Amino acid sequence: MELGTQLLQYLLSGLSTGAIYALIGIGFSIIYNATGIINFAQGEFVMLGGMLTLFLLSVLQLPLWIAIPLAVLLAALVGLLFERLAIRPLRKASPISLVIITIGGAILIRGLAMLIWGKDTHSLPSFTGDEPIMLAGATLLPQHLWIFGITVVLIGLNKWFFSHTISGKAMRACSYNPRAAGLVGIDVRRMVLLSFVISAAMGALAGIIVAPLTMTAYDVGIMLGLKGFCAAIIGGMSSGLSTVIGGLVLGVLESLGAGLISSGYKDAIAFVILLLILFLRPQGLFGKPESERV
Amino acid sequence: MKRELLKYSIFAVCVLLAPLAFLDSYLLNVLVFVGIHTMLAVALNLLLGYAGQISLGHAAFFGLGAYLSGVLTTTYGWNPWFTMLVAAIVVGGLAFMIGFPILKLKGHYLAMATLGLGIIIFIVFNEWVEVTSGPSGFSGIPNLQLGQLIFDSDLKNYYLVWCFVLGCVLLSVNLANSRIGRALRAIHDAEVAARVVGVNARLLKVQIFALSAMISAIAGSLYAHVMTFIAPPSFGFNISVELLTMVVIGGLGSIYGSFLGALLLTLLPEFLRFMHDYDIVFYGGLLMVMTIFMPGGLVQGIPDLFRKLVGLRKGKGDSHA
Amino acid sequence: MLELQGITQIFGGVTALNDVSFSIRADEITGVIGPNGAGKTTLFNIVTGIYQQTSGRVIFEGQDISGIPAERLASLGMVRTFQNIELFGKMTVLENVMVGLHSRSSSGLFACSFKMPWALKEERRIREEALQWLEFVGIADLADVTAANLPFGRGRMLEIARAMACKPRMMLMDEPAAGLNSQETVGLAELIRKIRELGVTVVLVEHDMELVMDICDRIVVLNLGQKLAEGTPREIQDNPEVIAAYLGDDD
Repeated sequence: MELGTQLLQYLLSGLSTGAIYALIGIGFSIIYNATGIINFAQGEFVMLGGMLTLFLLSVLQLPLWIAIPLAVLLAALVGLLFERLAIRPLRKASPISLVIITIGGAILIRGLAMLIWGKDTHSLPSFTGDEPIMLAGATLLPQHLWIFGITVVLIGLNKWFFSHTISGKAMRACSYNPRAAGLVGIDVRRMVLLSFVISAAMGALAGIIVAPLTMTAYDVGIMLGLKGFCAAIIGGMSSGLSTVIGGLVLGVLESLGAGLISSGYKDAIAFVILLLILFLRPQGLFGKPESERV
Repeated sequence: MKRELLKYSIFAVCVLLAPLAFLDSYLLNVLVFVGIHTMLAVALNLLLGYAGQISLGHAAFFGLGAYLSGVLTTTYGWNPWFTMLVAAIVVGGLAFMIGFPILKLKGHYLAMATLGLGIIIFIVFNEWVEVTSGPSGFSGIPNLQLGQLIFDSDLKNYYLVWCFVLGCVLLSVNLANSRIGRALRAIHDAEVAARVVGVNARLLKVQIFALSAMISAIAGSLYAHVMTFIAPPSFGFNISVELLTMVVIGGLGSIYGSFLGALLLTLLPEFLRFMHDYDIVFYGGLLMVMTIFMPGGLVQGIPDLFRKLVGLRKGKGDSHA
Repeated sequence: MLELQGITQIFGGVTALNDVSFSIRADEITGVIGPNGAGKTTLFNIVTGIYQQTSGRVIFEGQDISGIPAERLASLGMVRTFQNIELFGKMTVLENVMVGLHSRSSSGLFACSFKMPWALKEERRIREEALQWLEFVGIADLADVTAANLPFGRGRMLEIARAMACKPRMMLMDEPAAGLNSQETVGLAELIRKIRELGVTVVLVEHDMELVMDICDRIVVLNLGQKLAEGTPREIQDNPEVIAAYLGDDD
């Protein structure tokens, strides 16, 4: 293959993984903005999406178009339970306790997944076949198109939710100033709960659309979660466009790095970027310096 | 001060006599690892419990110590004791340098950054195959040797490791009760107030981070020489979480609590063997339950529980009377 | 000793301080007063390195200290107390003061861990001197009490003892009389005079007029982010502008 085609290929696959990172990153941001918590269990919702879909497909023999929404719903339910059982009792605790509790939750969910579904790696069937599409010499799978499509739709929905619905606006109010939001009659606790439900659902959907390409197992959540967090950090913990760009940039850099430098160190790229951004521009790549996050 | 000395003496006597009870038992081998875990937990506790700074990458410092010792002694034939010193200084120095930017971050961000750092180092252990032998592990590390004495049995290793533990505990207790420990607690309580009276919070945090990494590296060197074989999974994210669990269970800011946490979490898997790999579920649950119901750890939680029980009984007695 | 030159502070479009300049002379007690929202606490936070001003300079003993971190100021000889006393709640009263001596002691990580003789000697000195400062403010009998359990008035004394333990040449107090009863306020006035006698320049932001008029040598009046007047208590009391802006207020 020529270098040009090769680069295009890396770009396309980078963009599709990047889209996934973006969705996961938005999940992180939604919870962070509502609560100030970075949810270390975010990746586990991604894993749950893939594993639950697989379970519904293979064990219950449900058709794909039922299994997917059902899996998203179940993951959202787990998100709800997680908030109720682990986060709410600790609302006033120190950040360290909150970090520890979400890590505990992540391990517990991951462990239970291993207990129920075992340690094997599984693949999910593609949504609409595996017939490759050629694009200027580079190949694209139908699943890639699904990923792009669903990501665009989800980001649109997300945007609509936060700027046009009462709940969305209320959640934004909570992120600016929870006390003031409470004073004007917004049920802050419900908004926190809602943020967990929405991020769990988004994470799960990201896990489902990527599973046909990358396989899924009980422990895929750690890496995907951390990469998503990295996307959110690049985007300055916004639940909007800058996190999407963060995800895409990360995906493309990873895919270029893996292709041109070394595939073994591919995973390190995200973390080097993560550290550099946290050290040099903690407000994110696009943020203004005064919006201090640290 | 007298009480500290008494506590330490009791601890030391128990440690030195313990092998008598387990002379021919495989538990002696487990106790060697309790020792290594105690060092690691104490190191992390200095950072987390005293300075109030979280690290989710401490297993990487442990691993760096182990790999530096393993590779330099085995591949390059360095003297093991000298290498241990070099490893401690190199890892401490590395942590000191990275400490300045990383400890500027707080809370959740610090957690993520240390986690990222840990994973980068972990990836290097796996991928730098020419040096570390990669995922298949690095073997043939020599046992430590002191004159004619070769540390090649569980009993000898027990005393080797626990001498280090006793030293490390003594130094940590001293430090905690010194002006440094006091300043750290002050930062933890009210950082702005501490800075205003001239406590250089940033420098102190970085120093403790470096010291903590150093102790972890020494534990890593010991681990390498005791095991004679090391592989990346012993230094991954899960291990960092396990260390965190030990510290939390024992009690933040309690040196002996860290020992208790290490003891519990190292022995438990031996009794939970029937659970195979599923003990991770148990850890996760334990971490959550402890954070919610016993945020002070066992060291505070057990006496509290005891007082509550006594109180209840008293209450009942009163109502009967 | 301390010179403020054209301090301006803008918070997201709101001007909290507008071109404020005045100087504070050594060995005097200076009061900064003004109605609520005048910018007193903001000014304080700028001088003590907690905020960074939008423009202007702060000169302490001939050195521009703008942007110097709080912990360096203590070693330069400037300390402060807080409006809502900031103690190390989980530590004892004595330990709180011992932290105040931190910047004046030097045993490092290793000397402390290995209990080197000089570290032990220094520790003894720290303890003795801390006790002396507790006696100075009159709460030596509470040395072993956990700081969080102190009544508010005693907490204020402890905070002052801790600040004095830094051996400052200038002490800034943010509303030291807030939350004190009248008897405690009298004690405070006496204590502030004692502090000045030790050669410490005192600056206080205060609401309690009686206290300010009683102990201050000079007073600076702020209103709406600007300096309104400056002078002796007598002059201030007679200044018609001050009376209009401040005393006319129901405060």
